[in-house]
Amino acid sequence: MTTATKTETAGPTPEQARFDELIASDSRIEPRDWMPEAYRKTLVRQISQHAHSEIIGMQPEANWITRAPSLKRKAILMAKVQDEAGHGLYLYSAAQTLGTSRDDMMDALIAGKARYSSIFNYPTPTWADMGAIGWLVDGAAICNQVPLCRASYGPYGRAMVRICKEESFHQRQGFEILLELMNGTDAQREMAQDAVNRWYWPSLMMFGPPDDESPNSAQSMAWNIKRFSNDELRLRFVGMLVPQAEVLGITLPDPDLRFDEKTGEFVIGEIDWTEFNEILAGNGPCNAQRIQQRRDAHEDGAWVRDAAAAYARKQSEKTAKAAA
Amino acid sequence: MTSPGEDETEPWPLWEVFVRANRGLSHVHVGSLHAPDPEMAVRNARDVYTRRKEGVSIWVVPAAAITTSDPDARDAFFESPAGKNYRHARYYTKAEGVKHL
Repeated sequence: MTTATKTETAGPTPEQARFDELIASDSRIEPRDWMPEAYRKTLVRQISQHAHSEIIGMQPEANWITRAPSLKRKAILMAKVQDEAGHGLYLYSAAQTLGTSRDDMMDALIAGKARYSSIFNYPTPTWADMGAIGWLVDGAAICNQVPLCRASYGPYGRAMVRICKEESFHQRQGFEILLELMNGTDAQREMAQDAVNRWYWPSLMMFGPPDDESPNSAQSMAWNIKRFSNDELRLRFVGMLVPQAEVLGITLPDPDLRFDEKTGEFVIGEIDWTEFNEILAGNGPCNAQRIQQRRDAHEDGAWVRDAAAAYARKQSEKTAKAAA
Repeated sequence: MTSPGEDETEPWPLWEVFVRANRGLSHVHVGSLHAPDPEMAVRNARDVYTRRKEGVSIWVVPAAAITTSDPDARDAFFESPAGKNYRHARYYTKAEGVKHL
């Protein structure tokens, strides 16, 4: 309380001034630096949500590992799902440097109290969904994440650098799955188009609400956590998709999509946010199933964690005895 | 002073991971992870940090065993090199134009 009064009367505290100076010079904030509580809270929320998304994001694709059409595709899919687990770990580690524990984050997730990207609450009924997820969902994720490599919080930026390096294979393998289907039979082409029809709009929603309805965006941009607005990134993504869709011979399901010669940007049709909000409220097709599976995996794995802890304890007791 | 992310609320200790990319290079810090014992830490580090041939050797160090400089005393602690640019070759300008110097 005393700090607040001081701030009002005598300008920023020395810590706040130092923090502002680092942000203004586009430098990085490191774990031991003083930071405003709101900055810390924003980061914990964003990084833990991001970590949860990686972990929950393993499920829609794990669904196809046993049914992948070839050994090669199975191996690729396993490598991709393993990457997502690794990305979750990098991000949980970054969040932990802000003073939040792994258990707290995990408990919040399996209690259904934590958010993760809504995109993972959609089902994956066909093999083409593996292609559409790689191309559209991972594509949108990369578009969002590349600027995050320069986020002002050091550990977050460093985690994003590693993640972006690995994600590029995810998008390419998805594109390749779709391309192979598009070069196949009529039924395969139909399957690819159907998957893109289902994933296109949700992938655009991954960039978040429109700028005028995104209350936290301005503050995140002032703190150099976010570098571009939701709408800017969304349009940039569409601009990348259009020529790629042409190569695939796939139609993007937006009849109003057009290029505006004047602005040099694409104009997209209206996004149906009611669906997005429904899923955010927990009413998506797979919300309950995703959380249940995560909870089961966590509880079923308890004996492994216990055994590892017991083994470590025994080993250290043995070492202590030998030394005595 | 412990590493960020290392505290008693975590069930497993935190390990800092260093990877040597190739023979002839030093081990470089790549990240951290939690594991119950050193062997598990090395195995997990292999799975997490070297899935794409990033390394030929791994070190794991308990984060609790690392001693760091005091971040609040940063300015005073690193003051000594200030004003001593004669420690750099570019301080000596008179030799400009002379070859192999």
